Amino acid sequence: MSPVLAGVLQLLALIGALALVHIPLGTYMARVYSSKKHLRVEKWIYKAIGADPDAEMTWPAYLRGVLAFSVVGVLFLYLLQRLQGILPGSMGFSSVNPAQSFNTAVSFVTNTNWQSYYGEQTMGHVVQTAGLAVQNFVSASVGIAVAVALVRGFARSRTGELGNFWSDLVRGTLRILVPIAAVAAVILVACGAIQNFSGIHEVGQFMGGSQQWNGGAVASQEAIKELGTNGGGYFNANSAHPFENPTPLTNILEIFLILVIPFSLTRTFGVMVGSVKQGYAILATMFTIWLAFVSLMMWTEFAHHGPAFQAAGGAMEGKEVRFGVGGSSIFAVSTTLTSTGAVDSFHSSFTGLGGGITLLGMMLGEIAPGGVGSGLYGMLIMAVIAVFLAGLMVGRTPEYLGKKIGAREMKLAAAYILITPALALVFTAASMALPTPPHSMLNSGAHGFSEVLYAFTSASNNNGSAFAGLNANTDWFNTMTGLAMLLGRFLPMVFVLALAGSLAGQRPVPVSAGTLRTEKPLFTGLLVGAILIITGLTYFPALALGPLAEGLA
Amino acid sequence: MTTDIQKHETQKHEDAMSTPTLAPHQDAPTGHTAPEGRVGAGLFDPKQLVRSLPDAFRKLDPRVMVKSPVMFVVWIGSVLTTVFSLKDPGDWFGWTISAWLWLTVVFANLAEAVAEGRGKAQADTLRKAKTDTVARRLLAGGTSEERVPGTELTVGDLVVCEAGDVIPGDGDVVEGVASVDESAITGESAPVIRESGGDRSAVTGGTKVLSDRIVIKITTRPGETFIDRMISLVEGAARQKTPNEIALNILLASLTIVFLLACATLPPFANYAGTHLTMVVLVALLVCLIPTTIGALLSAIGIAGMDRLVQRNVLAMSGRAVEAAGDVSTLLLDKTGTITLGNRQAAEFVPVRGATEAEVADAAQLSSLADETPEGRSVVVLAKDRYGLRERYQGELVGAEWIAFTAQTRMSGVDVDGRKIRKGAAGSVIAWVEEQGGRIAEDADRIAGRISEAGGTPLLVAVQDGRGARILGVVHLKDVVKQGMRERFDELRRMGIKTVMITGDNPLTAKAIAEEAGVDDFLAEATPEDKMALIKREQAGGKLVAMTGDGTNDAPALAQADVGVAMNTGTSAAKEAGNMVDLDSNPTKLIEIVEIGKQLLITRGALTTFSIANDVAKYFAIIPALFAAVYPGLDKLNIMHLSSPDSAILSAVVFNALIIVALVPLSLKGVRYRPMSADRMLRRNLGIYGLGGLIAPFLGIKLIDLLISLVPGL
Repeated sequence: MSPVLAGVLQLLALIGALALVHIPLGTYMARVYSSKKHLRVEKWIYKAIGADPDAEMTWPAYLRGVLAFSVVGVLFLYLLQRLQGILPGSMGFSSVNPAQSFNTAVSFVTNTNWQSYYGEQTMGHVVQTAGLAVQNFVSASVGIAVAVALVRGFARSRTGELGNFWSDLVRGTLRILVPIAAVAAVILVACGAIQNFSGIHEVGQFMGGSQQWNGGAVASQEAIKELGTNGGGYFNANSAHPFENPTPLTNILEIFLILVIPFSLTRTFGVMVGSVKQGYAILATMFTIWLAFVSLMMWTEFAHHGPAFQAAGGAMEGKEVRFGVGGSSIFAVSTTLTSTGAVDSFHSSFTGLGGGITLLGMMLGEIAPGGVGSGLYGMLIMAVIAVFLAGLMVGRTPEYLGKKIGAREMKLAAAYILITPALALVFTAASMALPTPPHSMLNSGAHGFSEVLYAFTSASNNNGSAFAGLNANTDWFNTMTGLAMLLGRFLPMVFVLALAGSLAGQRPVPVSAGTLRTEKPLFTGLLVGAILIITGLTYFPALALGPLAEGLA
Repeated sequence: MTTDIQKHETQKHEDAMSTPTLAPHQDAPTGHTAPEGRVGAGLFDPKQLVRSLPDAFRKLDPRVMVKSPVMFVVWIGSVLTTVFSLKDPGDWFGWTISAWLWLTVVFANLAEAVAEGRGKAQADTLRKAKTDTVARRLLAGGTSEERVPGTELTVGDLVVCEAGDVIPGDGDVVEGVASVDESAITGESAPVIRESGGDRSAVTGGTKVLSDRIVIKITTRPGETFIDRMISLVEGAARQKTPNEIALNILLASLTIVFLLACATLPPFANYAGTHLTMVVLVALLVCLIPTTIGALLSAIGIAGMDRLVQRNVLAMSGRAVEAAGDVSTLLLDKTGTITLGNRQAAEFVPVRGATEAEVADAAQLSSLADETPEGRSVVVLAKDRYGLRERYQGELVGAEWIAFTAQTRMSGVDVDGRKIRKGAAGSVIAWVEEQGGRIAEDADRIAGRISEAGGTPLLVAVQDGRGARILGVVHLKDVVKQGMRERFDELRRMGIKTVMITGDNPLTAKAIAEEAGVDDFLAEATPEDKMALIKREQAGGKLVAMTGDGTNDAPALAQADVGVAMNTGTSAAKEAGNMVDLDSNPTKLIEIVEIGKQLLITRGALTTFSIANDVAKYFAIIPALFAAVYPGLDKLNIMHLSSPDSAILSAVVFNALIIVALVPLSLKGVRYRPMSADRMLRRNLGIYGLGGLIAPFLGIKLIDLLISLVPGL
């Protein structure tokens, strides 16, 4: 079988699996967030944290919950790393330095999982399991909770209430993430991923010399790493490491896990707003962009010219032989179009244009399908902007799902789309303008610039993948990417929740023949166009000086 | 059934009473203008551009510019490039870019100035009407009067106006009847009747009394009169940004900030790449990227929208109301005058058993000759048209004694050649026949009932001759639906707007007319409370409601409706309550108002889409120009093959400036609007302004580049 055919077959299998699962999972998630009943274990948790799970929250209350929970998460994770040296079960690793501890704490709480450390050389069992793995679950659950709050804003009328954050957080974790991750972890173990608490092994190599192999609860972390679109690997090599991602089958499974919740949430959205067609329209938008990016990526990676590439069946540098160009391309696009950031191949080694595709995927705001929760709310914000333009063009005050997009709604949506470009561009510009930060670059020229641009694009968009090459473990990069992650995660959430509150207070406008039909393909097309043009225009100069300059040379 | 007939009779009575006071121009035939008069028409005179130039330069004042954030950024950019050019006076490129950037700002101001200029002309005409008047104020006793300047009147003063006097201020007639020339505000030369009491008591300052004497109670302070408000409205002085305009401004501001960031962060990137970007080039890139096209035209679009209403003789008291008009989903239309012609007309003659149709027609015609009401005239006309009965004149019948129609008797007729013929409301005619000792034919009642059920009004025709007094037959009076109304309602339905007919008729009659006219719903036997309840019910469902009204009892509903159009002939209370006034007092205009509201939003959306889509081409012009020297591969993006980097940047800037002027006519006229479903409209506008906006600048920039490359020495 040719590598191209193998890639296409993998792609088709993946699409088939997603098509099968998204309806039942999406409907199930809608039920989780709408149900009135609490599980017994949930009641215990509510009692322990002193929360009333049935109290409806207005948007400021909901936001306070999100922020309070996240601040506690950052502090806890920071302390855990700083105290690693005196904690038991740390495999002898010392405490992490302050700048890196801050960076890592923020990184995992913001669902970014940017790693400026080598996992197997820095973090012991306690930090990995009690710290990082826990945040892998709850940071994902926070993202879904905020998305669900926005969906409620569309679905509810004449109330300012968005549900209960604590109940959404606990349910998302216990009823959605834990069960799926458990099943996935078992499959991963069955396929060869490791799951133990053993120490460091010295292993002799074929070519002489020796190598250190760590044990660890890898499969369980791997499952939630992908499912929660986290991306922080147990090992530095991330999903390229055979202990994390041993076979082509686990590779496809991991891509499936990355995509399954973000795509299925469109169904949840449709069910909760009472029109599954609206959910399909959003799904179609996400899917169109994702598929276009995958196709482009495969095309540029397979078609790369040069005798070495031809002999290898494509641009194989930095890619694992067991995944090939196809599996690596699908993974790379899926991880950068979601806020995952896990990698099974090295984005820096992709062709110039291929690297550009991974960058552009993040620049779109990670909305196709995006991170768990964050993808849906990011896409809905873009839909609000597109509805505004389209609504004007049909001669009515724009409305989406019956809710009017007036000055207040526009202000919030406009602020949302400003944040990540501002963070990514300003931090990159500062890094390029200052004398020392450019020393972290591995390469010179356009590729070196891409490394820095990639780092801040990844951090601001809470992706977490790295272009590789850049030495990000400096005080400058640890602090600045940490800030970019914090602001890039929580400022948008403020605007999303404020928007949700504003929408929930509105009285819906009934649908008539004069209403813009947002469930039709025409609108989906407009939405895709608006997303590509608006983000494309924002980043075009920067992209021109990085991947385009390299790719077109 | 008898009650129904009686109800008709009271109504007819009212109609008859009010007929003489109807403004002569109120009976506009169908109320709907010919297609060329539809929204979207309007001439644009290039001379206006030249005339408005001084204003455009005056608007360069930064205190004025700051109101439009996008253009203010261009203004700052122009200042910056000029300063940098001054530092390097030999740099022709810097000067040329600076010049075109200033032109971009001037063109934007020009668009606004032209839009305002159209209103100014109208304001001047109005000011002429507002010449200083001398008021004849009645003194406390009410018998003697003093002469005071019109500006010194206070609310509550009583003033006297006689033939030839200009009415000194807004008020209500409290005594007398007069014909008034209101052409100063309506442009309609035929005089209208104003009288004390009832719904036609309001007079407007600046209009002229043509006959008789009236006493007016002043209701508005000088300086706040209707004509003052009109002047400030058409001049745009009172213009405030509408909610939707504010929302759009926010989006534009946010796009501007995004592009500002993209440009401001570029120098360090470029330095790293090994090239230095000058301030002139950076500003040029920024101005090309920010949405200047829509930013420049936004306020002109708003002013022109209001102006289009003024040209249709509608005064909107706020821009908010015009926008709301585009969102209206329920239209409340009065039946009489809007859906049907003002009066019922005879449609058929139905004989009772033993009589013939011709006999009925003959008797009906004879008895109607003394009935000057429109209904009476229509009987004569039908007899002539349908039965070939020549119209006879009262003078030809010698010895006839005519009984004229009065509101009291509700009957007309003639006594001639020993025959007594009567025609009129059922109750009156039955009473008359019984009085003459005749009997009532059994089937008269049945026929009348059938006509009522069909939505018509039965009039009885009776005769007394040698064979005694008896009913001959029934005249079927019918409401006549205006031509083209059904099609209009179909259009409205396609636009997603529901029409509700409001009528005082009974439900049966209302239903029949509603079906014939093709309205979606009707409210029969409507009281002001019913209207109010209907509006609130629709609004509770999230719908926006528009209605027209003229009476004082309409005022609460006009105030409650999202778009309340008061007729200029109406009372001051109604005009105060509504948010628009129709100077022509033509209720059908509501439909045009909705179209203008929609057109306003569509124009904004279309030009915004166009503006954003334009940026793609500009990038393809400017980015290779800036960086192809250091990264030769980027020259592949120069798909337009522009002749030189300088020329590429300049072409983009020039295109950006010229497109504003090119789109001024469109922004003033508005995007062509035809009623169609939202889907089709979106497809059409996306095609024209989205795709068009993507492609047009590629062609435009290439063309300008070709011209520039022809300039010797470049």
